[in-house]
Amino acid sequence: MLSLIINNVVIFAGIGGFLALLLVIADYFLANYGDCQIDINGKKKLTVKGGSSLLNSLAENNVFIPSACGGRGTCGLCKVKVKEGGGPLLPTERPYLDADELKNGVRLSCQVKVKEDIIISIPEALFSIRKFKGVVETIIDYTYDTKGLVIKLIEPAKIDFKAGQYIQLESKKYAKSKQVVSRAYSMANCPENNNVVELIIRRVPDGIMTTFVHDYLKKDDELYLTGPYGDFFIRDTDTDMIFVAGGSGMAPFKGIIEDLYKKESKQHIVYFFGARTTEDLFLVDEMKEYEKKMADFTFIPVISQPEKSPDWKGESGYIPPLLDKHIRDPKNTEGYLCGSPALIASTEKKMKELGIENVYYDSFG
Amino acid sequence: MDINPLVIFMAAIFTSNILLTNFLGMCSYLSVSKEIESSAGLGMAVFFVLTLTSAINYIVYHYILVPMDLIYLQYIIFIIVIAAFVQLTELIIERFSPVLYYTLGIFLPLITVNCAILGVSLFMIIRQYSFIQAVLYGAGSGIGWLLAILALAGIRNRLKEKYLPQGMNNAAISLIITGIMALAFIGFSGVAIIQ
Ligand code: FES
Repeated sequence: MLSLIINNVVIFAGIGGFLALLLVIADYFLANYGDCQIDINGKKKLTVKGGSSLLNSLAENNVFIPSACGGRGTCGLCKVKVKEGGGPLLPTERPYLDADELKNGVRLSCQVKVKEDIIISIPEALFSIRKFKGVVETIIDYTYDTKGLVIKLIEPAKIDFKAGQYIQLESKKYAKSKQVVSRAYSMANCPENNNVVELIIRRVPDGIMTTFVHDYLKKDDELYLTGPYGDFFIRDTDTDMIFVAGGSGMAPFKGIIEDLYKKESKQHIVYFFGARTTEDLFLVDEMKEYEKKMADFTFIPVISQPEKSPDWKGESGYIPPLLDKHIRDPKNTEGYLCGSPALIASTEKKMKELGIENVYYDSFG
Repeated sequence: MDINPLVIFMAAIFTSNILLTNFLGMCSYLSVSKEIESSAGLGMAVFFVLTLTSAINYIVYHYILVPMDLIYLQYIIFIIVIAAFVQLTELIIERFSPVLYYTLGIFLPLITVNCAILGVSLFMIIRQYSFIQAVLYGAGSGIGWLLAILALAGIRNRLKEKYLPQGMNNAAISLIITGIMALAFIGFSGVAIIQ
């Protein structure tokens, strides 16, 4: 009996072992692409080990391409122009590329594997994106489901950015998630305070990152983030500006308004901040302060469910119908929107109807 | 069994096509047959895996399991051999044709559980084939499977512009076509092989 069992085990293990060896050898020869070179904008050359994705190879060398899905090919943010190398276009990339991009060799860097020398071009601004180590300095409760986070930067100790840009915050493993994810959040501080990163994070039920921040993160915890990313910042013009935010869409505007105040802007600015009830409103007093301190700034909080807040005296309902009254000259007005895709879509539509041509937005979608 | 291996080879392709007479390997056959290119790719992969695994499984069965009296291990051993070869095929396809690799997606690793592959290994044991017979049977079945999926992909491609009653699309019409194809393949059994 014993010999039978031993026989079984030996045969089984022997065959399994042989096959495993075969696969290891095959893996060594087939999945080994040697050292490959990545040429960026003809200026920088990186030598990387072939076989991993372009996105990761670049990140390992401190060149950070925006990515919200962590390389799963679902966000379409990690676009890079590949001039040579990179292999054929994959079916996973096609849905995220329009005709122009296809013609110009734009690819999703998380899907392209570096298997040969490759020449790419990326916007110069991406070079200034860094990975930062920071420590949580303050956690503020803005509302029952929205927290403010102030992260003091340690290494590097300063971040150069434009008000309105965003960073990618990296979570840590915690009791309910064995996964580390990174998510994009707008910075709520102004560029003058460049030794901290301030974020406004609203809880998403069962969200890996927001649960981490809301339930597990404590003062003095260390965190990693990369940035700055994005082109949601105010253009250098003298036009009137209309800001529209919903919920944690407050973040970029808080930074932008602080920045405009410091620059002593005289522009005509109206800021609509939408929330469901008065309980969802925050930073109202701070914004009202700016109304007093700035030349021509109006802050209008709007709640969409006034029946739940009977004491509310301000504006209520939807934001788009309220815009008319505050636009002096549509041709000379820019719109900046940040919030849910629905809010952005309806506001943008209204703004275009009113004749505002330049509408910029940052969607949570 | 004293049958000319070539006869077995031809029979595996036509008269006793693994897919059209035994109806084995249907799931990937139905799902990947939308485009000719990916069908051809998957067909080649099945051919490769079938040929190699029937050879290896033959050797393992006759030179290890039988002498050691461990025939009852055949199922599990056959399956790990198949799994390993599917992994190998994956590595090869990823290296040489990344587009095909992404097009096949989940269906490539799924060949591991493709019953046609295990079926061929078991049939060759039951029918007591010799080594040459077994390998040609495996290769023939692979070609037969490739042929069947290519034929279906071709027909489905032509059907794309045609009007089909609602509910008849995709799987339903594919199954009906497969049935008709199976009938047509039975016609091959009337072909005499000249010795
Ligand atoms: S990182 Fe999201 S699509 Fe590439």
